[in-house]
Amino acid sequence: MTILKTLTASAVLAALFIGGVHAGTLDTIKQRGHVQCGVNTGLPGFSFPDDQGKWNGLDVDVCRAVAAAVFGDAGKVKFIPLTAKERFTALQSGEIDVLSRNTTWTTTRDSSLGLNFAGVNYYDGQGFMVKKSLGVNSAEGLDGASVCIQAGTTTELNLADYFRSNNMKYTPITYDKAAETVAGFDAGRCDVLTSDQSQLYALRIQLKDPGGAIVLPEVISKEPLGPVVRQGDDAWFNVVKWSLFAMLEAEDMGVSSKNVDDLKANSKNPGVRRLLGLEGIGGKGLGLPNEWAYNIVKMVGNYAEAFERNVGMGSKLKITRGQNALWKDGGLQYAPPFR
Amino acid sequence: MAESGQNQKFERLEDLPPPVMAVGILGWVRNNLFSSLSNSTLTIVALYLLYLAIPPVVNWAIITADWIGSGREDCTSGGACWVFIYARLNQFIYGFYPEAQQWRVNLAFALLLVLFVPLLIKNFPYKTWLGFLLLLVYPVVAFLLFYGGALGLPVVSTDQWGGLMLTLVISAVGMVASLPLGILLALGRRSQMPIVRAFSVAFIELWRGVPLITVLFMSSVMLPLFLPEGVTFDKLLRALIGITLFESAYMAEVVRGGLQAIPSGQYEAAKALGLNFWKSMSLIVLPQALKLVIPGIVNTLIALFKDTTLVIIIGLFDILGAVEAAIKDPSWLGYAVEGYVFAALIFWIFCYGMSRYSQALERKLSTGHKR
Repeated sequence: MTILKTLTASAVLAALFIGGVHAGTLDTIKQRGHVQCGVNTGLPGFSFPDDQGKWNGLDVDVCRAVAAAVFGDAGKVKFIPLTAKERFTALQSGEIDVLSRNTTWTTTRDSSLGLNFAGVNYYDGQGFMVKKSLGVNSAEGLDGASVCIQAGTTTELNLADYFRSNNMKYTPITYDKAAETVAGFDAGRCDVLTSDQSQLYALRIQLKDPGGAIVLPEVISKEPLGPVVRQGDDAWFNVVKWSLFAMLEAEDMGVSSKNVDDLKANSKNPGVRRLLGLEGIGGKGLGLPNEWAYNIVKMVGNYAEAFERNVGMGSKLKITRGQNALWKDGGLQYAPPFR
Repeated sequence: MAESGQNQKFERLEDLPPPVMAVGILGWVRNNLFSSLSNSTLTIVALYLLYLAIPPVVNWAIITADWIGSGREDCTSGGACWVFIYARLNQFIYGFYPEAQQWRVNLAFALLLVLFVPLLIKNFPYKTWLGFLLLLVYPVVAFLLFYGGALGLPVVSTDQWGGLMLTLVISAVGMVASLPLGILLALGRRSQMPIVRAFSVAFIELWRGVPLITVLFMSSVMLPLFLPEGVTFDKLLRALIGITLFESAYMAEVVRGGLQAIPSGQYEAAKALGLNFWKSMSLIVLPQALKLVIPGIVNTLIALFKDTTLVIIIGLFDILGAVEAAIKDPSWLGYAVEGYVFAALIFWIFCYGMSRYSQALERKLSTGHKR
């Protein structure tokens, strides 16, 4: 009996201890006064320091949105630049609260690393870039091509699969650094350049004649990138998840940082009023102030604004929305209803 | 016959000037560059290679380069875009250190110069005191200036440190901490005491047997997993400890080389004078041994200085890291070469400086061992 008692007691203690550590990421953050957000050490359009040393990018804006939701201040976030290898450890060890670092959502990562993916802020996928002079408009015309590969974790594998399943031949030429890849493509070492689509646009800027190259429409792999949190703290998981949804829903409802004040004062649309916390559940379920979504839109903007500013037409990258358009525009981005 | 010979008047003629081809520039060229067929061939080939290499580089780096402006729009001439370096200079030097606080970094490095330069001047008085200040008081002052948190200075956490400043902090800490540790390990490895010796051997072989990159990975990726969740300690501190332990193992072997070069007569003489171990080491053996291995020590220090760039793999932005982050900014995509050239130049300046200093030190301390 004593043994059983001791065991039970220690089990309870252990449960309390583990629970105690896991629970309340949100409370810990509120106490600390800022969100710790893991970002890429440098990825064009997604996470990079500007001339003033301020972090910018689509992934960075997710961090800002979370901070705006929690504190009503998008500046209360500390960016921890992480390399690909240390990103998950940093999250598991509690060094960061949320990882927003172009991380692909896969079964392995979701199930065996103790992580939860809170959504997808960018649908990426491997694509092809060719010189216009080649006269190819579709990846199906690439039979026999020599392909420059910007090395990635699975780039070569996807490429081999794609060409084999389409019964086409190719000659691979692999490069490690972006600058080398660009130089190789520029020098005519290959007809085609392959990498994740988001990266192709960044590589294109570096060509001698960026206008002379086009990115083909085909995407041969699925790389949904999104913010990640630790498993076991559903409250915090919800906060990050809905911060992202709020940006999408705002775009869906036509709410932007420019008209949000006006809409807050005058809008009769119940959907908009619920989003901005004037009606409905507000922030109660999430443990956030009622105007949490208003703060996100006001300080960071809706998804379209963040996209265009960082990677879209308002940036140097000029990436088209493509798969990242809203569901009603033929894309994949979709937020559940706010009610 | 003899008489007539005596009447003959011999006059010393003016020395003829040496042949034009034997002196001056021409002579030097002939002796050094065209002394034989193979030498002449090599000279011509080398000149041709220089002709191929230098004009395009000068053209790119200086003649067609863009020097003034504020954005990539100002880089139109096709040469190097030094505007990029200029726009990012602050970040390359201070990383993310808040601009309003950067005077603290400047002050700390100015203090370092003030304390260090007199040490280079011959016969400067109070050198012992300066050395004492530099090694024991200065690190505390520098830490207070960099980190803050006292004397009303706001805290600047280490994740905001970066650029050249971080490179210098890491290498300075690594150098200052690894030398004494290395000396202790070297003495330990030559000790008669089995446990001390075994420990030193194990330590040295363990740390020397793993690449620095592994050490940094361990400190940044594995260590946090061993600690309880929520307990994290400073990433820079972890890297500093890793680098110091790693370098001290190398330093130990360099110093051991010096210890072995000291004839056993010196050890015996010290013993005969009745000096105990520490006294005989600090007064007799180490001064001679360390002087002998100055080239080796400086070699290790230069390697350490360059190795600091590896911290980029654990997400610390040293000067190279700052450059690599800057070339990921879409506003500056495509100017990687300029960034790398700049970083290389900075590294060269520091490494060459260290090398010159060590040569001066060797000459100053030379007492006739040089062969």
